[in-house]
Amino acid sequence: MSQISINHDEVDIVIGALQLDLKSFMEEWRPVFSLFHLIIVKDPDLKGELEIPAGFNFDLYTKSDIDGVVGSSSNAISFSGYSCRYFGYLMSRKKYIISIDDDCIPARDSAGNFVDAVSQHITNLSTPATPFFFNTLYDPFCKGADFVRGYPFSLRSGVDCGLSCGLWLNLADLDAPTQALKPELRNTRYVDAVLTVPARTMMPVSGINIGFNRELVGPALLPAFRLAKEGNLRWETVEDIWTGMCVKVVCDQLRLGVKSGLPYVWRKERGDAIESLKKEWEGVKLMEDVVPFFQSLRLSTSAATAEDCLSEIAAVVKEQLAPANPVFARAAETMVEWVKLWKRVQTQ
Amino acid sequence: MAGATVKPTPLLKDELDIVIPTIRNLDFLEMWRPFFEQYHLIIVQDGDPSKIIKVPEGFDYELYNRNDINRILGPKASCISFKDSACRCFGYMVSKKKYIYTIDDDCFVAKDPSGKDINALEQHIKNLLCPSTPHFFNTLYDPYREGADFVRGYPFSLREGVPTAVSHGLWLNIPDYDAPTQLVKPRERNTRYVDAVLTIPKGTIFPMCGMNLAFNRDLIGPAMYFGLMGDGQPIGRYDDMWAGWCTKVICDHLGLGVKTGLPYIWHSKASNPFVNLKKEYKGIFWQEEIIPFFQSVNLSKECTTVQHCYIELAKQVKDKLSQVDPYFTKLADAMVTWIEAWDELNPSGDDSAKPANGTAK
Repeated sequence: MSQISINHDEVDIVIGALQLDLKSFMEEWRPVFSLFHLIIVKDPDLKGELEIPAGFNFDLYTKSDIDGVVGSSSNAISFSGYSCRYFGYLMSRKKYIISIDDDCIPARDSAGNFVDAVSQHITNLSTPATPFFFNTLYDPFCKGADFVRGYPFSLRSGVDCGLSCGLWLNLADLDAPTQALKPELRNTRYVDAVLTVPARTMMPVSGINIGFNRELVGPALLPAFRLAKEGNLRWETVEDIWTGMCVKVVCDQLRLGVKSGLPYVWRKERGDAIESLKKEWEGVKLMEDVVPFFQSLRLSTSAATAEDCLSEIAAVVKEQLAPANPVFARAAETMVEWVKLWKRVQTQ
Repeated sequence: MAGATVKPTPLLKDELDIVIPTIRNLDFLEMWRPFFEQYHLIIVQDGDPSKIIKVPEGFDYELYNRNDINRILGPKASCISFKDSACRCFGYMVSKKKYIYTIDDDCFVAKDPSGKDINALEQHIKNLLCPSTPHFFNTLYDPYREGADFVRGYPFSLREGVPTAVSHGLWLNIPDYDAPTQLVKPRERNTRYVDAVLTIPKGTIFPMCGMNLAFNRDLIGPAMYFGLMGDGQPIGRYDDMWAGWCTKVICDHLGLGVKTGLPYIWHSKASNPFVNLKKEYKGIFWQEEIIPFFQSVNLSKECTTVQHCYIELAKQVKDKLSQVDPYFTKLADAMVTWIEAWDELNPSGDDSAKPANGTAK
């Protein structure tokens, strides 16, 4: 992929710390992370001191910082578990945010080269997206590729990219039933492509390895969708899936793009799918309602900012989904509180 | 759940025809021999019908030149292009098989990154026999491929997928660029092997290239009309594009899937960009109007067969695109003629007249 020159001052790397020992994680990423400012947010439920190696430029936020900033909204918004990273998004003032789960290390491409995931996300975010017509040669802006015959010229400038969704080698982001059924399944296929997910096409966004343009879509990355028995493994949560659909709806409304594909990270083994399966299936069941809901969601033409869009989405969630399940009612409330919090904090 | 065991791909040698348009000898088939020899070929000879096309020994084929096309279709032959590879769709019409693979005569066997020859036909068959997933995007691409699956968040109710109607393959070496891009980047070669097959989402149309294309003729055949191009027409090099836009809209309506990605073939010949520019320049302007037209097409619920959908589409083309150019009136009429010819050659009781799989959406 072509690399563009990155202004490091425009980037924050946000790490949600769900484990105390971050040493091996940070050492693996040192060649990349040491060049950027990091925001590390400790899961407020995690007891003990984080172990962070020397040589990084970072700000650390813990439960007391969260309580201090969030104040009275802390009733509605939970930053526990994977949601702790959203506090980092709230605190950032940078243009681009990259966020990677703390059980992922750099991957190697098919030639054995170290994959700089941060650089690839920034490339994705700073080159145009093409959501209005599908290019069969994938990303037309990457070196060695272009728009194919039949691609309208008026659409070739593309639009800004709001979200970059990366992938995972080794332990792919499958749900618990799937991984439990196929315990040996590991993702070994390195697909050398980035593509824009077409407008109005919904997708499951995994929070494991993402980048986004905070200035364009920042508030849409929100902690809203909490399962009753949410856990500390991705198998035990779908909060990022909900958030991802909100972001996609916002991007479609604001004529921004969402890209998927490179970069890959290497996701380490953690947890036991069967154990997670023994807990609730709630997340899996809820998707049956969540996906059709977002697919048919249409916002008003007056929704011109991410905040406006989120407020409208929250209202429709409250009206259409909340009666069926308290998870949705809470999500709608949390979304409203988050937008208020975002506006308050961002103007400080 | 996506299949875990790897079964050998069936050959389908009695269910699949390979359709090749040509004006020259088919020496390129020598390279394809290990992969094509067991299949029946339908060769559509364009241009001068008195020229003899040499087919390598050992291939089982039927060949049609312009005289044959005129004889078989009579006045309806007007819908089949002359002096353009669009004439290939005549091959689809006369085939009696369930599946079609069409390939250009300047396309050769490519190698995968490990150096192994790619059996393009086998991959197309895998793509066609396996469901598509147009209703929700899977970030790990084709979930039914060995080593892949649906990702977390993908609703279980959508994991059965829908029948696949089209498998659109890609090309290494000479990419399928339009003339302006070719002129600006004459040396660009596609060297990137993207190891993915993916379903093009419902509601999204795409530029379909006919160089390396397979489809289920029973499910979508009548939609694969490659339009009026070449001799006597104001446009060329939009035959496959036109078929692709019509096909995708109808697939979306009938709940069928379209895949793109693997397999790759090696495209060896770059056609002359100046010649190409003359052929396609009107298309470059017209596609600005054509694309929004297809993006907003609505077919009525009563259209439950491919033919019905296509006839309705033809009406809408005439109503809405004629103002762009009178060519579209001719094209709309030709679309109807095509369906009439298709139904004549494939009378009811035959698969394509039956309602397609899946209900109209």
